[in-house]
Order: sequence, then structure tokens, then C-alpha cells
Amino acid sequence: MHRRYFLSLSAISCLLTALSGCSKTGGDSIVIGEFASLTGKEATFGISSHEGTLLAVETLNAAGGVLGKKLELLTEDNQSKAGETSNVVNKLISKDGAVAILGEVASSRSLEAAPICQQNGIPMVSPASTNPKVTETGDHIFRVCFIDPFQGTVMANFVTKSLNAKKVAVFTDVKSDYSKGLAKFFKEGILKVGGQIVAELDFNGGDKDFKAQLTAIKSAAPDAVFIPGYYTDVALIAIQAKQLGLNVPLCGGDGWESQTLLDIGKDAVEGHYFSTHYASDAASPAVATFVEAYKKRFNGKMPDAMAALGYDSAMFLADGIKRAGSADSKAIRDALAATKDFEAVTGKIAINAQRDAVKSAVILQVKDGKFKYLETVAP
Amino acid sequence: MDWLLQQLINGLALGSIYALIALGYTMVYGVLRFINFAHADVLMLGAYSAYFIAPAIHEVMPLPSLTGTLIIVLLSAMICAGIGILIEILAYRPLRQRPRLTVLITAIGVSLFIEFTCQHKAVFGADTKPFPQLMPVHDFNLGGLVIGSNDLVVVVTTLILLFGLWFIVQRTKMGTAMRAVSFNQQAAALMGININRIISFTFGLGSALAAVAGILYALKAPGIDPLMGVQPGLRAFIAAVLGGIGNLPGAALGGLLLGLLETFAGGISGLSNYRDGIAFAILILILLFKPAGLLGKATVEKV
Repeated sequence: MHRRYFLSLSAISCLLTALSGCSKTGGDSIVIGEFASLTGKEATFGISSHEGTLLAVETLNAAGGVLGKKLELLTEDNQSKAGETSNVVNKLISKDGAVAILGEVASSRSLEAAPICQQNGIPMVSPASTNPKVTETGDHIFRVCFIDPFQGTVMANFVTKSLNAKKVAVFTDVKSDYSKGLAKFFKEGILKVGGQIVAELDFNGGDKDFKAQLTAIKSAAPDAVFIPGYYTDVALIAIQAKQLGLNVPLCGGDGWESQTLLDIGKDAVEGHYFSTHYASDAASPAVATFVEAYKKRFNGKMPDAMAALGYDSAMFLADGIKRAGSADSKAIRDALAATKDFEAVTGKIAINAQRDAVKSAVILQVKDGKFKYLETVAP
Repeated sequence: MDWLLQQLINGLALGSIYALIALGYTMVYGVLRFINFAHADVLMLGAYSAYFIAPAIHEVMPLPSLTGTLIIVLLSAMICAGIGILIEILAYRPLRQRPRLTVLITAIGVSLFIEFTCQHKAVFGADTKPFPQLMPVHDFNLGGLVIGSNDLVVVVTTLILLFGLWFIVQRTKMGTAMRAVSFNQQAAALMGININRIISFTFGLGSALAAVAGILYALKAPGIDPLMGVQPGLRAFIAAVLGGIGNLPGAALGGLLLGLLETFAGGISGLSNYRDGIAFAILILILLFKPAGLLGKATVEKV
């Protein structure tokens, strides 16, 4: 009895899958898949980039869509977990019939999606994954952000020149491709300008106790500590560093930028520095328009870099579809690869041979519980 | 030298937390002979209880305050005691006569159920929440060494609770009954002991301990999420095994040892990557030579 019920149920579900698989191709809309970390450890990143993407799609559709067709954005949550991304991306491509994929912020999870998109011949645009390996996966993978060799060099220069630090310690999250990559390029940058790495320690993302490593860092007496981690861990590290009396500037990359860093870290993150993609208080008409539209759509919330990049990734893709003149994945890929100077909110984007965006970075400082714009560094 | 002493302090502070959590594991094991894997999740629920109670207490008496903290801890411990008793009645009691393995698997199931229910948007959500500062904090500086007031609180609380538990188990009527149940459930029942009541009490007490540990853990690292119990829970379980499972001082000793090992391994440049690996390798070595745990045989009586 039970078994028969189960069999008929699975038969029905098979049928449904098959039906929905073919019903999506064609039609009067262009299906775009998005995967993001809407819940979990890096949730604020996923939510921000998703909101940016959503705003872009809504803006485009309000203006009549692309190629006379509406864009249909299908979003899946990977819960900030390893393994979940491949499930949702496979579903977006084979079941929902997405012609292109957008996602995501964390490099580890973009790296999970990239081979799937590449094999299926579907172009993928990552809004904010900065690890070089992401686009090295294949010729269908793009990004609208700068890459870690650039970000690492920018921070190395900033630490040695602006902060005048000669001895630097590096504290890496060994669980994250992003952190390991950024740490590597930062170290190379420091050595190139004649600085010295006095301590290199590791942690596992999600750890709660960092005092052992921080005590070792403190005993090496660095002038600054570089922590290329994500905001939750960085906030706890800053708190414990402060408790241990490690009172030197802490620096990091775009993984820091989240309201949660300020909520958890409070006064412990005050005065520290990080590099990121854009500053909402920068003087540029494109930024001002975007900030206003975003605030209007999301109840007065200030857009962070991930929101701006999420917006840019969707706009960049739409621009590619327009220039391709069709919603064919192959044509879109070729059009994206030929992008020369696309005006994005986060700066002018040119796609190079590696399918990476060549653009500038900004450096922010935490001041009075807010992120404050410090300087822009051109590529 | 400073460096070494500071690591010693860090290690003791971390180890005390592990010890506190391990006490709960070991006590339930002592009575029921099975590992309550949901213990780590009750710990998380304790932290969340405090997170939700704190604003209400803040209305009456502005935090950070010591009295306020005490009230929050007591309320959270009561909530978690209730949850622990409920878990036992719903999940473990129906399996009382089944093989122990069945109960063990069920415990893992309960643990996963709590973790993933709490990660749902409608419950707590999976993102990290900032834990409020409940107590006034002060960092004591002793010639280059830093001792946080929170760390002192953890150490003192662990000692008090260790002694309190020992007292309950060894010197009270309830404790005598617990030991009787642990020794032989059927015989205990024949002697007129209400087994269900004793087991409920054990779970309640263990879960209250977990709540205290959860709050102290959250004070140490003030970012809480539904999976926050998994890592310390695993460590505490191992600490309990290391000390000799079922043995209260053993759990405390195991926790301290594990905390120290982790801290010293984590503080070495180049090795910090392998912090857990080193700590656990040493544990395996210890267990190879003392399979019953450090204090497993030395003291005959089991809780």
C-alpha cells in the first residue's frame, strides 16, 4: 500500500519535472537565475547583492524589459553552505531553463557554481567574488568586481605608505578561498615594497575563540594586522584583539563591509580600515541616482558595496543581452566578453582577456560607528 | 615568558567553558548511559533565551548589571530545563526499553531537528546576531598579562557548578536516587524510586547547565547563531570522554586540558592551521594509554 503510494507520487513528480523543463524554453520572458547566500553566515552579503540585482531587474522591466521581453529573475538561497550551491545552480539551469546565472559574493561558492555553468554553456556573472580562480574556470565565467591580486596590492600599499607600517602580521581564514587568496597577494605586495611579515597565523571561519593566535600575533609586535576574513569572524577577532591589548590598526578587504561588523564589533572595530568596491558617500551622479533608487525601494536602507555590485551584475548582463540581440546563451557570452567600457555604479568596467573587470578600489575606515570614505585607488 | 603565561590564561578560560559544557554531557551519561547530543543545541537555546530576555530585563534594570545578568541566567536556565525535560519526554522516554544505539541515533536526530528548525526564517534565522553585553566588563592588566573579567566569571562559575553538582549527586536524597538509577534502573524502581521523575530531573539539571554555559560562551564571543553549539559541543563531548565519561571532576579536567592544548597549538605560527588536529591527536594518544579516560578508573563511583 505504502509502496504503491510512494511509486505513484514519484511518477507524478517525474512528470512534473519533465513538463516544467520544457514549458520554460521560449515564451515572452528571459529567465535569469540567481544564487545567493540569503541566510547563514554571510547572509548580509547575499541579501544586499540580491536586493541590488532585484532593483536592477525591476528598473529594466519598468522601462520595457530587454529586447522587448521582460526579465524573469529566479532566486535560490544556498544558505551560506558548501554543497548547496551546486544543487540550486543545477536546478536553475536544467529545470528552470535560465539562460544566464548571476552569483555570488563568496568566492568558495562561486567556484562551486562556475564548473556547472561552464559545462552547460551558460554564462555566469559573479557580482563580488574576488578570487582569481573563479573566472579561470572557463570562458563562460565573468565578474563585475576587481580581483584579489589588485585588492591585495592596494591594501599592501595603503598599509606601508598611509599607515606607515613596516612590520605586518597576517591572520588568514583557512576555510575560505577568498581569504587565502587575498592573504597571498597582500603578502607579496608587502614584500615588494620592502615591508616585513612578522607573523602568519590561521583560523577557521566560524571559530569563536581567537585569543591563542592573537596572543602570538601580539608577541610579534606588528605595526598593523591584515585580516582578510568575513565580517562575523572579523568582529569577534577585533573584540578579542582589543581585550588582549593588541592596539594596532587592523585592515582587511571587502569581506568586512556589513552592518553586522558594526553591530557585533561595536567600539572594537572603530578606527580600522578595509578596501572595497565603492563608497555610498562618494561624489558621482551614477552613485547618487543608484543610492536614491535603492533607498526608495528598500525602506531607506543605505546600499553597501555588495548591493551596488549586485545591481551592476544584472545591468552588465542586460547590456550583454541587448548587444547580443538574442537570449541565446552563446551570443550573450560573446557579447559580455566584448564589453569595453560599461558605465557601472561601482565605476567604469572593461572586461579583460581573463573575463575580469578592470576597475578602481576604494578604502574605507570605520569611524563613529559608520563606514567613512578615505581614498580611491585606480587600477 | 609573558607570551606563555598569557596563553595559559587564554587556555584556562577556553577550557573552563568546555568543562562547563562537559559537565552536562557527563551527568546525563552517568545516569542514563547515553550521550545526549542535543545538549549542544540546548546550549544554543540558552544563549538565545538570554538574547530575547535581555531587552525586557533592560527595561526594569539597565544592563550591564550583575543582578540583571543573574536574573537573565536564572530565567534562561529555567526555560532550558523545561526544554530539556520536554525533549526527554517526547524523544527519549518512548525508547527507554530499546537498545542504546537507537536512543543515540535519536539524540543526533533531535540535535539536527533543533538546529535546522532554529535556522528557519520564522524561528531565529541563520544569520549571526549580536549578543548584548550583560555584565560590566573590566580587563585586568598584570604587567603585560591581560585577564578579562568575563574569563574570571567563567572559571568561578565552573568551579561553583562543579562543586554544586558534586554536592547534589553525593549528598542529597535526589542524588542518591540518581546514583541508584544509574546503577540499576529496575532495582531502583523496586526500591520505590520514581524513575521517570529522576530522569526528568537529570535532564532538567543538565539543560540548565547548558543554558549557563551557552550564555557564558556568548558573552565571550558576542555573536550567536543557531549552529553556535556544534563546535563547543563536540569539544565538550571529547573533554568528557577524555576525563572519563560519567565522572564529574574528570569532565572538568578534560575540558581544561583540551582548552590548553588547543590554545597552545593555535598560538604557534604555521601550526595554527592544524590546531584542532594537534589537539585531537594528543587526545587519541592519551586514550590509547588510558582507554577509560583520565579519571575513569581512579574513582569507582559513577554519578
